[in-house]
Amino acid sequence: MTVREILDKLLRRQPASASTARDRLQLVLAHDRSDLSPELLDQMRREIFEVVAKYVEIDLDEGDVSLETEDRVTALVANLPIRRPLAVSQSEG
Amino acid sequence: MASTSRTILICSGKGGVGKTTLTANLGIALARLGLRTVVLDADFGLRNLDLLLGLENRIVFTAQEVLAESCRLEQALVKHKQEPNLALLPAGNPRMLEWLKPEDMQTIAGMLEKQFDYVLIDCPAGIEDGFKNAVAAAKEAIVITTPEVSAVRDADRVIGLLNTHGVKPVQLVLNRVRPKMMASQEMLAVDDVTDILALPLLGLVLEDEQVIVSTNRGEPLTLNGSSSPAARAYGNVARRLQGDDVPLIDPSKEGRGLRAKVRRLMQKKIF
Repeated sequence: MTVREILDKLLRRQPASASTARDRLQLVLAHDRSDLSPELLDQMRREIFEVVAKYVEIDLDEGDVSLETEDRVTALVANLPIRRPLAVSQSEG
Repeated sequence: MASTSRTILICSGKGGVGKTTLTANLGIALARLGLRTVVLDADFGLRNLDLLLGLENRIVFTAQEVLAESCRLEQALVKHKQEPNLALLPAGNPRMLEWLKPEDMQTIAGMLEKQFDYVLIDCPAGIEDGFKNAVAAAKEAIVITTPEVSAVRDADRVIGLLNTHGVKPVQLVLNRVRPKMMASQEMLAVDDVTDILALPLLGLVLEDEQVIVSTNRGEPLTLNGSSSPAARAYGNVARRLQGDDVPLIDPSKEGRGLRAKVRRLMQKKIF
């Protein structure tokens, strides 16, 4: 945290706009590069949850599927905390 | 015959970020280093490179007449009076309705490469036909952008397309940097832009009112050895292209005195 950021917090000012610009850019570029609209990503997220939920019980509130970009390489990153494995019969049925 | 000719596309995606100004100034700067340089205006619908170089009244023929064999290449090349190492070739005439094809641009670039050390192609804005024509002739590229979200986003699209076309190396020039705004973190930092676009930085040009003055006159800043910040930056880009190790300026070190010190203190990371 920089001195500026601490002062912003203390004085309840809006944070400097450069960090907002950076965050917005990273998000929009991840979508541009992968050609995935937020709606499509959302649909894919729901379907991934459905598939995974067949095998393990996942914590839907904590789970997240998002696009991350580093060095022009975009990755689909899924973080799905498992509560407990489902019974075998259930996964087969 | 220039055996080591380099054909460099200067592009940005977004319009108005400084492509044509960079092409004109870099062309002059390279010519002043003694290199035979030609600047090819690939934007013939809205061409402006002639205006920035002060050559708008001297264009008779364009690359289209050369391709149609209604004139020789030498007749279409407009030599700069003060800097004879520099020539301009407009791709076409705004009145012409016949569009060039990517193969035409390759043919013209091939002809120019035989006579010049540097062929700089001023790319039209956008990623449509004009860009596709220009990119077909390019071996390497310089992407120019400003530290603004829209310009960086468009630059990213263009970089993706350059990669698809196998153009490399692709290097970055960051234009219109305002050190004060960067210091108060109200403008994307240099590292933010280079990290996001993942390109090596070839040049960093500070916002400079002298650019507008030089455009008014049709005399690029690099022409008369101006010492303004932008003139120095363009000159440094030319030298780096030639392989000289010229250090980049540090925007945070621009500006002295108490105000600058306080700004730097505000940027300091404490945890």
